[in-house]
Amino acid sequence: MNDKLIIKGIEFKSRLWVGTGKYKDFDETKKAIEASGADVVTVAVRRVNIIDRKSENLLDYIDPKKYKILPNTAGCYNVEDALRYSRLAREAGISDLIKLEVIGDEKTLFPDTIGLLKATEILAKEGFIVLPYSNDDPIMAKRLEDAGAAAVMPLGAPIGSGLGIRNPYNIKIILETVKLPVIVDAGVGTASDATIAMELGCDAVLINTGIAGAKDPIAMAEAMKHAVIAGRLACKAGRIPRKLYATASSPFDGML
Amino acid sequence: MGWLTVSFSPLQIRVELQGYGFLFFMKLTLNGEIFDTSKAETIRDLLDELGIESVRVAVEVNLTIVKKADYMAFKLKDGDNVEIVNFVGGG
Repeated sequence: MNDKLIIKGIEFKSRLWVGTGKYKDFDETKKAIEASGADVVTVAVRRVNIIDRKSENLLDYIDPKKYKILPNTAGCYNVEDALRYSRLAREAGISDLIKLEVIGDEKTLFPDTIGLLKATEILAKEGFIVLPYSNDDPIMAKRLEDAGAAAVMPLGAPIGSGLGIRNPYNIKIILETVKLPVIVDAGVGTASDATIAMELGCDAVLINTGIAGAKDPIAMAEAMKHAVIAGRLACKAGRIPRKLYATASSPFDGML
Repeated sequence: MGWLTVSFSPLQIRVELQGYGFLFFMKLTLNGEIFDTSKAETIRDLLDELGIESVRVAVEVNLTIVKKADYMAFKLKDGDNVEIVNFVGGG
């Protein structure tokens, strides 16, 4: 079955995308990512450690030739910072991909969608492949599409909350509203959450805390891999309609 | 022209001992910390002094990104605000 996800000409082998934050160490990061089967990993842009210059680098463990590196603008609370981090990320990396975050509030980490829209527009004009982390609002998704986003990344629930897909109906409407790929970003707590996102028809799911924060991150990474595949297959297969009463599976004919 | 020349320019303090080369002293703000150098005339020199491979970093001087191709040619000056960033784990 040819069921590849393609964004702006870039082919993604996996519909599970994973973050690289919050792991115990780089070794665990590497093992969990391998177990997840993901070929896209998100990273953050931060100052080089000048004091401890011998400290190891994430990219010593995550080979950029093997994985697509998707830098984020996490921690940016205004348009200017998001632009600055995006441009630095492009210079440090090898692609135009950016997971754009303009955060509005420390407690919820919900996006500042007004800033997000402005930053998306500017970066898209500069040739970035902009993947904006947004809320689950179909109107905003459409605005982001019009502003030049390459995909939309609605949250399932607040970052790191593990609350799952809190508003599946909005995600469904987003899927009908935009022509772009829809990637659920944030909120996935366990395998069934990832499956639900994929069953709704989402193109991919991005998970960090759901894997890194599990008791056994490597086992959870594998669970998420199967969950995303199962959800995608179920979506393609077409589920039966929900109805209130039973329909017998076994025939009446031949009964005594 | 004496055997010892001390010059002050907006770029740096430079002490030249005729026949023996020169020394210079510069104070940079590097990743938010004061950093004294007598080796780094250019960004390339600074990265070498720090033992940082240029392939995985981005460098910004006074809020302007310097392209990798320009590291060798870009001369640092006293008081420059230099940021060197790389990728770390994130979601």
